[in-house]
Amino acid sequence: MSELGLWGPNADLAWWTIAVGAINNAACALLGCYLVLRRLSLLGDAISHAVLPGIVLAFLFAGQSPIAVLAGAMAIGVTLTFTIQMLKEHGGVGEDVGMGITAAALFSAGVVLLTTFARDVHLDASCVLFGEIELIPFDVFTIGGFDVPRVLPAMALALSAVLVFIALLWKELKLAAFDPALAAAAGFSPSFLHYLLMGMTAVVTVSSFKAVGSILVVAMLIVPPATAFLLTDRLRTMFVWSVVVAVDSAFFGYLAASAFRANVGGMSAVAAGVQFALAVLFAPRHGMLSKAWNSLRLSIRIVGEDLTAALFRDEEAGAIRQDAGLPISDLLRRTGGGLVARIALRRLLSRGDLQLIPDGRVSLAEQGRSAAESLVRSHRLWEAYLVENFKLPLDHVHAPAEKIEHFIGPALQRELAKSLPKSDVDPHGREIPPSRTDVPQ
Amino acid sequence: MDIYYNTLVVLVGTTLLGMNAGLVGSFSVLRGRALLGDVLAHAALPGLCLAFLLLMRRNVVFMLLGALATCLLAVVLMALLRRFTRVKDDAVMGVIRSVFIGAGFVLISRLQNAATDGSKAGLESYILGKTAGMLRSDLVLMAGISAFSLILIVLLFKELRLAAFDPGFARVQGWPAGKLDILQMSLVALVTVAGLPAVGAVLVATMLILPGATMRLWTDRLGPLLLGAVIIGGCSGASGTLITARYSFPTGPIIILTGTAFFVVSLFCAPRRGILARVWADYQFRGELRQRKLLTTLFELGDSNRSTAGWSTLRELADALHWNRSEIVDVVAPAERVGLVERRIDGAIDDGQLRLTDEGRRRASRLVRGERLWAAYLEAYPDESRSTTTLDLDELEADIPTDVRSQLEAELRASGRYPSVDDGRSP
Repeated sequence: MSELGLWGPNADLAWWTIAVGAINNAACALLGCYLVLRRLSLLGDAISHAVLPGIVLAFLFAGQSPIAVLAGAMAIGVTLTFTIQMLKEHGGVGEDVGMGITAAALFSAGVVLLTTFARDVHLDASCVLFGEIELIPFDVFTIGGFDVPRVLPAMALALSAVLVFIALLWKELKLAAFDPALAAAAGFSPSFLHYLLMGMTAVVTVSSFKAVGSILVVAMLIVPPATAFLLTDRLRTMFVWSVVVAVDSAFFGYLAASAFRANVGGMSAVAAGVQFALAVLFAPRHGMLSKAWNSLRLSIRIVGEDLTAALFRDEEAGAIRQDAGLPISDLLRRTGGGLVARIALRRLLSRGDLQLIPDGRVSLAEQGRSAAESLVRSHRLWEAYLVENFKLPLDHVHAPAEKIEHFIGPALQRELAKSLPKSDVDPHGREIPPSRTDVPQ
Repeated sequence: MDIYYNTLVVLVGTTLLGMNAGLVGSFSVLRGRALLGDVLAHAALPGLCLAFLLLMRRNVVFMLLGALATCLLAVVLMALLRRFTRVKDDAVMGVIRSVFIGAGFVLISRLQNAATDGSKAGLESYILGKTAGMLRSDLVLMAGISAFSLILIVLLFKELRLAAFDPGFARVQGWPAGKLDILQMSLVALVTVAGLPAVGAVLVATMLILPGATMRLWTDRLGPLLLGAVIIGGCSGASGTLITARYSFPTGPIIILTGTAFFVVSLFCAPRRGILARVWADYQFRGELRQRKLLTTLFELGDSNRSTAGWSTLRELADALHWNRSEIVDVVAPAERVGLVERRIDGAIDDGQLRLTDEGRRRASRLVRGERLWAAYLEAYPDESRSTTTLDLDELEADIPTDVRSQLEAELRASGRYPSVDDGRSP
């Protein structure tokens, strides 16, 4: 529809559109953080659909008083939340069913109102439902020589309402988001906050239907905060990220929509979805790639430790001489082989834990031997601990020890040794290698 | 209103659709999967549009396949996000739904701006539903899908019933519970996609759950529930066509509003779960409790008023019960009518006197015995006080273990506080 470039003639129209979208999306995203954290996304969705009759009535009767419209929206949000709660508690209707039915019924009533009055009033059905942000810069008023879109004050009002709401109730909302039980114990009424939050959701929905349309407001309420949730563990940072994602979505959504000649609200939702997908893949700590990378590094470490321990045990049992080592292929087979084992072996060689000797064999270097010794010490201490404290039969202790040996450090070794009556022999009768770091007393 | 041939075609189509939605959706309601249908409905939209974009014309079967493909994609993505990210269930559903329907909007608006001929017609109606443009091919498809689901559900009725109410038991019994689940979800996906043109992506999921949720208020039995859901669904579907044929509303909202009317009426009027029935039962139970209180109080007063042969004054009663006069009259009148208490008036009205009849005394002594046993039980075994009895039991003591009970009875008897059931009035 809109083919306005960001530069050149009429660029200001494009920038105004983006600015309106950004303000609106930011307001949604800020509030959405609480919805996502308190697991109320679906209720937010229900409310955003249910306020449709409110929007229509506001259009018919409001006489352009934004505050009356917002107050009405708040009332609808609170009433809906209350109704769903009542249906659940006294009607025996499940929360999901109750939400679905009330939201859909109100939405349907809104659509009927909309189609009934659309002919008489200046009210475009597709504008309300799908948002036609590209038309916003054409409806302007002039202030100080600038043409400012007419909806901007209402949107700015909604954004400041959200900011004031968050600023005033910062610690209460934070506590209620992360620990509702503690919030209740500390004397903040969680249900009051809950209703207030839902009321604010309705307010934001009503004020933003022009930008994204009433069906897609929920995309801006949920997707940017969900993205931010993947990027950080801190509430402040989460707010920053979700605003960044929301503003990005307005910008790229607009660009893509003008390039493809498509609906801007839908494009913004898709842009937010793309950013969500990127976060799912590439987020530093909670992303799938970083998780996969961490687990790969862990496997390499564990397999490497198993390799040195295998050599050490062979030496200890007298199966091989200290400097004779094992053929590489035999050694790799001990941990099941595969790519991870080969990477681990290369790493051990480069770190000097193992050394190559002629005929394609490897043997333990001094550094590797002491690491392996410590690992075997952990293993046998744990076996002894299990037998001592849990009276496990002997054939049950190897498997758990094989797993936990990689996570027992020197401090835990000391604790284990101290708690055992005999810390030099394991339950199978083998010697527990003494610690090299602790000085025997 | 004249019903033209086209209207008739559409009427049959939406009625079939509504019946099918009621049937399949009931299982979703029972399994607590109401939200899944919503996700599927939102996810189907871009698939429909993509199929349209590829062919640039309306081919119902191809569009159905496209929609099922994106539904499947959404379900897989949802499972992956749940499994591999820390994003919670509700947000996962919110993200998937809104991004998919956003993509649907993009494709629809793209089509509208690109297409110049009439082929674009009807795509926008996939958001809110429009039956006017329904073709015979759509109707045939809808009828086919409905017949298919109906036959499957009839054939697998026993298995589906078991899986709906007790999936764990079904698995233990050796039924392929997982496959039944997938079958049930596939049926939901089919009817969702088939219903999209008529009801629209935003509302079709609710059309599925409304009849089941309504009938759940009326019955606990699966057979009647399904039958009722089919009827309600059919009526809603038919009303959608009949009303929109006359006024130019989108069909989806009308179908939903009709269904909601059924739901609201049931919510108030259903016999056991309805709000009115609950309020009435609550009211009756309160009366019952007050009558019991009256009987036990008169019994205790009668014990201390042996000199007056069991007669107690209204004032004594009021002091013991802390009720005001009109409250007492409200309780005494029905009790007198059924012959549990008798009344005599001498002197001032406020000095009216009451006592239990023989029948009342038998009833009261049973109640008092139960109360005393229960009190003694809680006193002796305070740990059990959490497992309180249900108040509507006539005999509280029924919940006390038998051996404990005979021991407590003996103790009460020893202290003379154990009323025997046919305790005569005179000492």
